[in-house]
Amino acid sequence: MSVTIQIPTALRVFTDRRADVLVEGTTAGEAISAFADLYPDIRTHLYEDSGALRSFINVYLGDANIKNLSGLDTKLKDGDTLMLVPAIAGGAESSE
Amino acid sequence: MNLIDDSRLADLSNDEISRYSRHLLLPEIGIDGQKRLRAARVLIVGTGGLGAPLALYLAAAGVGTLGVVDFDFVEASNLQRQIIHGTKDIDRPKTASARDRIRGLNPGVNVIAHNTRLTAENALDIMKDYDVVADGTDNYQTRYLVNDACVLLGIPNVYGSIYQFEGQASVFYAKEGPCYRCLYPSPPPPGLVPSCAEGGVVGVLPGIVGTIQACEVIKLIVGGGDGLIGRLLLFDAWRMKFRELRIEKDPLCPICGAEPSIRELIDYEQFCGISLPSDEAPIETITATELKKRIDCGDELQIIDIREPHERAIAKFPGAKPIPLGQMARRVDEFDPEIDAVFLCKIGQRSIFAIRALRDVGYKGRLLNLKDGVNAWARDVDSDLPQY
Ligand SMILES: [Zn+2]
Repeated sequence: MSVTIQIPTALRVFTDRRADVLVEGTTAGEAISAFADLYPDIRTHLYEDSGALRSFINVYLGDANIKNLSGLDTKLKDGDTLMLVPAIAGGAESSE
Repeated sequence: MNLIDDSRLADLSNDEISRYSRHLLLPEIGIDGQKRLRAARVLIVGTGGLGAPLALYLAAAGVGTLGVVDFDFVEASNLQRQIIHGTKDIDRPKTASARDRIRGLNPGVNVIAHNTRLTAENALDIMKDYDVVADGTDNYQTRYLVNDACVLLGIPNVYGSIYQFEGQASVFYAKEGPCYRCLYPSPPPPGLVPSCAEGGVVGVLPGIVGTIQACEVIKLIVGGGDGLIGRLLLFDAWRMKFRELRIEKDPLCPICGAEPSIRELIDYEQFCGISLPSDEAPIETITATELKKRIDCGDELQIIDIREPHERAIAKFPGAKPIPLGQMARRVDEFDPEIDAVFLCKIGQRSIFAIRALRDVGYKGRLLNLKDGVNAWARDVDSDLPQY
């Protein structure tokens, strides 16, 4: 089952600046894991040591957070899109 | 929902009726809404990219009391987007510059300048007198601090955040919906998501996101419209797309959930991992002058520039090999563990992640981080190189 992972600019440094990546997976967990296999540098940033997703990144299927669906077990259909939505903090920019 | 109690409303003068006539003509605002705006007290945290349009539009709209919090001074590099400050304000405190501009725009606004850094010690004291807080800060510590203080005080937090071409906006109001912790229970490790100082930001982006925040503040005060409570608005300025995501209240949220574990403000530096005594081996650093000495002695070194090509073009580091941060793990074979490797970026933050990435894949050679990055090299070694 082909699904698209949408990557925000804050994480594109790990994906050769690509904004969308096509992966195979029947659940959100499988798709994200396949994505991390493609770009191994992002793996430690996506997952806790426990294997859970890090809590500064939300994964959305449509307008719903997979946290509020079935988490990593959320079932996917062919052509679905998962969007990674990390916390960003920019706004005022104090001097370094 | 009435944020402004009716007892605080007073009649508008004829001058005010003329000034705000375009609001008064809107049945959604009208005389009653304008009275509420004048009675309202709004605190803007940060007078930077987001704070600038927030302060200007809220002042123009006739918000009676505007508090601004900042501890920073105006710099030339701010002026690309922080339109409340001007060239003549460089080196002035941002709160002073903002106060002057707000008064010039609308002398009817009572401006309270809090020329300080918002901390766990002073936040409740500063924020308790306000009806709404608009968060225009630039770091995770202050964002969690503002969120928690708003939840504890029971006031809405109008949130906006930006990075490069992307923005987020929402209203976190625990009485009626989720808070920031419901969406993001904890922040990213320090430095992983670069600040705008490292990653850059298109100047109009905070103008758009800050203006959306101002709109949400006005709606909360006049009490109408469909607010962003429970919704996260995403904006991509490059693709010119808006998207809307749902945010659910987390019943287990540590501050706004049914059984909160956080009942007072905490240590946000520690929470965000900035002062956390980490169990990982410390990162070895090298200063720009030490590095210069080693190069001049003819030491063999692997100097790695982890910046992207467009960023290297701003200030080239002589003799460095470019390996972008996102490619470290898969290019580990290009390193010689017998030779010291020095990593550099703009300010020495992202390069730490390059070192960690190599450690994670089991690289055993010595890894050094250039302290304060290429900017330190430009400052201390080669003044022909620009600081950016
Ligand atoms: Zn919450």
